[in-house]
Amino acid sequence: MKGWIGKILRVDLTKGEWKAEDLDRNLAQKFIGGRGLGSKILYDEIDPKIDPLSSNNKLIMATGPLTGTSASAAGRYMAITKSPLTGTIACSNSGGQFGAELKFAGFDLIIVEGKAKEPVYLYVEDGKVEIRDAKHLWGKTTHETTDQILSETDMDARVACIGPAGEKLVRFACIVNEKHRAAGRSGVGAVMGSKNLKAIAVKGTGSVSVANKEAFRKATLDGFQKVKANPVTSAGLPAYGTAILVNVINQHGLFPTRNFQQGVFEGAEKISGESIADQILVRNRACFACPIGCGRVIRVTDPKYACFGEGPEYESDWSLGACCGVDNINAIGKANYLCDILGMDPISTGVTIACGMELFQRGILSTKEVGGSLNFGDADTMLEMVRAIGYREGFGDLLAEGSYRLAERFGHPEYSMSVKKQEFPAYDGRGAQGMGLQYATSNRGACHVRGYMVAAEIMGSPQKLDPFDTEEKAGWDKGFQDTTAVVDSSGICLFNTFAFGAPEILEYLRAATGMEMTLEDLMKAGERIWNLERLFNLKAGLTGKDDCLPERFTKEPMPEGPAKGHVVRLEKMLPEYYELRGWDKDGVPTKERLKELGLE
Amino acid sequence: MIKKISVYPEKCTACRLCELGCSFKKIGEFNPIASRVRVSIFGEDAFYTPIICTQCDEAWCLKACPSGAISRDVGAKVVKIDPNRCVGCRMCTMACPFGTITYYTPEGKAIKCDECDGQPECVLFCPTGALKYEEESTPTRLKRVATARKLESSSKEVQP
Repeated sequence: MKGWIGKILRVDLTKGEWKAEDLDRNLAQKFIGGRGLGSKILYDEIDPKIDPLSSNNKLIMATGPLTGTSASAAGRYMAITKSPLTGTIACSNSGGQFGAELKFAGFDLIIVEGKAKEPVYLYVEDGKVEIRDAKHLWGKTTHETTDQILSETDMDARVACIGPAGEKLVRFACIVNEKHRAAGRSGVGAVMGSKNLKAIAVKGTGSVSVANKEAFRKATLDGFQKVKANPVTSAGLPAYGTAILVNVINQHGLFPTRNFQQGVFEGAEKISGESIADQILVRNRACFACPIGCGRVIRVTDPKYACFGEGPEYESDWSLGACCGVDNINAIGKANYLCDILGMDPISTGVTIACGMELFQRGILSTKEVGGSLNFGDADTMLEMVRAIGYREGFGDLLAEGSYRLAERFGHPEYSMSVKKQEFPAYDGRGAQGMGLQYATSNRGACHVRGYMVAAEIMGSPQKLDPFDTEEKAGWDKGFQDTTAVVDSSGICLFNTFAFGAPEILEYLRAATGMEMTLEDLMKAGERIWNLERLFNLKAGLTGKDDCLPERFTKEPMPEGPAKGHVVRLEKMLPEYYELRGWDKDGVPTKERLKELGLE
Repeated sequence: MIKKISVYPEKCTACRLCELGCSFKKIGEFNPIASRVRVSIFGEDAFYTPIICTQCDEAWCLKACPSGAISRDVGAKVVKIDPNRCVGCRMCTMACPFGTITYYTPEGKAIKCDECDGQPECVLFCPTGALKYEEESTPTRLKRVATARKLESSSKEVQP
């Protein structure tokens, strides 16, 4: 096969066995790869009702047909499983080198099943697999684990692993590859921990080949040109990283502050991408095959917060910063570093701590439950909580369940800033209606990278939409969501979409795989993937009632700033969205639409 | 005017697109081990750089080759391997002090950079300018200019 390697690695941890299987080309054409193909396999192979932390769950590491090629930023892999945070399908995307190396090692996907009796790690090298003892790695941080495995395998191997948070089943634990890149959201690391699987190391010397070399080279060079011509991908992201958004989003009044009680943060300037560049940036670092290079290598020298690592990105800068009322960039850098080495999603970590802070502010929590005070703006307490979550110590054990379970436990789920129990990222929907709708309808709960409406509503890409208008937002949302499903399935980075869209991805895919595919076919594949995820969630027990937002978004007008007075008018947009999707009024896909999409 | 591939390590982001461009041009597939340019990455030191053959005037690899497979294009100042004469003995890889001539297992031959006959693909693929194809004295000239600028500013500082 071209583009795809054509092999799937299936590992049964209960039996301690592995085998290589052929990839079904027809299935690959229909679901592309990565997120789409992984979701299809998960949907076919597990009962969506299972306990996500039981041995019945499966963990799929999936690359796309473009992963490992020279397509722009084509180094992505995805971790697909049932989420222990949301109960929905989870698909978390990561860069670095791991995905490309997996293909060089001879596999498109890894399916991990069952549960090992004792901690193990996998070493995958050129089509062969060893299931190795990992007892000596249990309890170690992601950085310690990575270094140790490199010394036991090959200095050029790529290691994806969990830290203490994944072992202790923190509901938002992530999988960290090459120390600084993470399949971050929805608790995919906890699933790995529940299987006693500490790490997967891969090393390969094989090739990724494409069907039409001349066309692929042309598509590659065209892609580079477009990335170079776009100011976000050629200047903004390389100079300031994703945190360039701090000032932009704050100025538009949708920079969530103190657990979304406000939309403007007075300390934004201090934690901006510009401040990071001035104060702690050492150098840029790119993922595999990426011409953008948004990664930030940082060094904090303040002895109290000293650390060396990558990040914070916009999201972690905000979640551990503004959302907790913290404006100390050194403390945020350290907290982000702790999330990396403990192996947990900084978005959910920060927003869950912020939820605890609001419960404390309102007297719902006292020093008795917390073991001390928990005030907005207290950087050192925030840091201590990050650490306590990772090891599930003291109050950290309750925070490790995520904001929804925390707030519900104390009788106030309305203070959890989440959808389907997953915490929001750094955009308040009251300042961008389309983003609000997208949060409510995202298949993995609150998320910015399922349909990044901020691009259109705030940044004007591909065209500027009025953020406060609800007209036509349902159609835009659907388009963004389907396109994103295509991007994630192909194996390239979503950041490319500032510079180019589905037509360019189609060129890459046709040249790489030799598929005869039209733009309409491609967008239909995106819609098919979206609907498949929806079907998984419905079978798991979710309903249209779960397509909702916290009352703060729909009933509490934004108190200040450019979005002052606005709420998300979800009731206006959601019925239109269902209709456009071909779903009934309860949000269930109709038989006709499923048939059209080949999902009957 | 002789053009050479020059390396600016401070501009490298470790994306490895140079490796992909090179292997795709040379073997028609994406495979870093087939690439004539390789990126060294020292994450803990935040240092990354492409390492590529400098086309030595007196090439160790050429002198070590017992089969006459390695020759020098005097005009272009490039050291080339004739794959038909290469016997895969690896003497050149032992002789080269830089590790920029390597043994490529799938073909059983030594491989090295030949600057793509004046159109180096790695330079075309490099997004940051860490690799450039330019007049061979340019990098040293730029360094002299930078030194002179430092001298200029320091002399202004100490003027009475």
